[in-house]
Amino acid sequence: MNFKAWWHRLGSPKWFYRVSGPWQSLFLSLALALLAIGTVWGLAFAPPDYQQGNSFRIIYVHVPAAMLAQSVYLLLGVAGALLLVWRMKLAGLVLETLVPFGMGATALALFSGAIWGKPTWGAWWVFDGRTTATLVLLFLYFGLHALRRAIPDPAAASRACALLAIVGVINIPIIKYSVHWWTTLHQGATFKLTTAPAMPAAMWAPLLVNVLGAYCLLAANLVAKLRNAILRRERSSRWVRDLMDGSQPSIGPAPSPNRPSAAPSHSQRSAAP
Amino acid sequence: MFAVQFRREWLCVLRSKDEALNPLVFLFLAASLFAIGFGGSSDRLGEAAPAIIWVLVLLANLLSLEALFRRDFEDGALEQFVLFAQPQFAAVLGKVAVQWCACGLAMTLLAPLLALMLNLSAAALPTLLLGLLLGTPALSLIGAVGAALTVGLGGGGVLLALLLAPLHLPVLVFGVSATLDGGAGLAATAQLYWLAGISVLALTLTPFATAAALRISVERS
Amino acid sequence: MCSALLTFAEVSCARGGRQLFERFNLTLKAGDCVALRGANGSGKSTLLRAAAGLFADFNGAVDAASFHYVGHKHGVSALLSPKENLLMHERLAGSTRWWPAAAPEAAVGDALPFGGVSAAQALAQVGLGGAPDTACSQLSEGQRRRVALARLLLERRPLWLLDEPLTALDADGRRLVQELITAHCQAGGAVLCATHQALSCPSATEVQLGGGA
Repeated sequence: MNFKAWWHRLGSPKWFYRVSGPWQSLFLSLALALLAIGTVWGLAFAPPDYQQGNSFRIIYVHVPAAMLAQSVYLLLGVAGALLLVWRMKLAGLVLETLVPFGMGATALALFSGAIWGKPTWGAWWVFDGRTTATLVLLFLYFGLHALRRAIPDPAAASRACALLAIVGVINIPIIKYSVHWWTTLHQGATFKLTTAPAMPAAMWAPLLVNVLGAYCLLAANLVAKLRNAILRRERSSRWVRDLMDGSQPSIGPAPSPNRPSAAPSHSQRSAAP
Repeated sequence: MFAVQFRREWLCVLRSKDEALNPLVFLFLAASLFAIGFGGSSDRLGEAAPAIIWVLVLLANLLSLEALFRRDFEDGALEQFVLFAQPQFAAVLGKVAVQWCACGLAMTLLAPLLALMLNLSAAALPTLLLGLLLGTPALSLIGAVGAALTVGLGGGGVLLALLLAPLHLPVLVFGVSATLDGGAGLAATAQLYWLAGISVLALTLTPFATAAALRISVERS
Repeated sequence: MCSALLTFAEVSCARGGRQLFERFNLTLKAGDCVALRGANGSGKSTLLRAAAGLFADFNGAVDAASFHYVGHKHGVSALLSPKENLLMHERLAGSTRWWPAAAPEAAVGDALPFGGVSAAQALAQVGLGGAPDTACSQLSEGQRRRVALARLLLERRPLWLLDEPLTALDADGRRLVQELITAHCQAGGAVLCATHQALSCPSATEVQLGGGA
């Protein structure tokens, strides 16, 4: 198959819906398995830290959440570029899906960090470099979310969010550097690509499992929400109507959520279960 | 193109003077609220002054940005702008330049008065002025992207603040840090270089983003 | 002189879960005047905006020659006087001459009678010669629409895209619009306009929207 045709198909919601069915269950089961193993291993079997005791175990939640918080924003920038530059329709849906997920991950990272900070630093909240940067990240997510909510037309909302995400991604290194201008209290990053982690394998192995699990959860969530969003957005197109008629005859004709009084010539069906 | 757009916007600002002055009035009003709130404790006020001044400048600039494209959006001039003003980069820059002159530059010129009100140490004043001069262009340029994205949306003011506050954070950090160092008699060269760097980066990139955002906003209406 | 000035090819567009057009086709050649008719919400404005490149969320292809667009919002700044509005528009848009949109422009443009007139002349032609320097905020809605129409005369462009050009105008103004359109078409231009009132131009054909959609 030539590349252009492949690329075109990759951006087509219909094609994605067709192939992505099995992916969803694969990612979901992988995520659940990894998270279960990592969490039980980390909470019950990993050795306690010699300084922080058992309270260090919150990293098994905190680090995956923080990593997701940052990488989701990066993904938003990539999806934004795909949407604005290459006009890939699917990227708009990715954007729509990632924002709430990233917002949740960021909030979880901040929350778990606060719980960990109380016994370790003696305060729930300290304005050091990394916490402040994460807080700003949360505000960036809030901004995206608010903008998306303020624009009624979903396609226009996606484009506006895409642009904002790109501006945000360019800004993040500057924001990070500027908040690190203050002296920093936080531990360095646990995983770096260039150096071996400082903690023993028995401690970081479950963490790695959990991080992988979290990314699988992201993938599963993305695929599931994309499939729903595709159905909702394309509900008036022929293939969705055929799909609904064929597979689920029990769902009666219902007015779509946006337009309570649909034209009688259209028998629209709501895509949400 | 830059000159034509600059002249057009400048005429508009001159004919709506009151609206253009409001952010400056807000700046002084809020500064005096701070002075009153600190209850005559002039030492503590002086310590907090760099942060207060920079935050107020940021907020006043937000108020001014909110109106940057609103009128043109409402009467449809923005449609003509998006369709026909070429090159968009220069035209956008012309618009933002006028906003900066009417707000950022004006606030920089008025900053000594503000410093006096808030009891800022005299040693910090030169750094404050230089910091404002180098930092406010970045506030206007980055802000224009947000203003272009939110133009014509309900509750635009609050939304704009929500979008822009995190993006404006670096300018705030370096600006306050420079002013503090200046007040302590230290050289604030690094922070000032950073402010200048952010402004130059914003100057080269944001006009494209603003033009794209304007097109998105016009297409949605 | 039969090259197309505006083509819609297989344009389909859904908005808010409703199909506005399905495989809509339309071609305007030199001398054509098409009035889009249809109920509110049938997509007249959307079609015009798509032609102008102000709306891109559709499938299919739209190809337009160099054009003037007078939209629902007429694009006249209230703070500037009519003359300033026109001068600024001319200077801002003037540079489009350096990038001619398509070949037809050169072929058709020379034959157009309007265009190249000064701002004062254009204002006089639309009946606003007396008030070039009062701020547009002092003008009535109909007068502002006349200012917007004066833009059409500033520079010769073969295609005019007009959204409801007759609203807010008095009988005299409506007659003026129809004269302008007729003359433009006779000179080899083309006009696409959305309207609720019938145009009394000799060459006008009507396209009904939203019938079966």
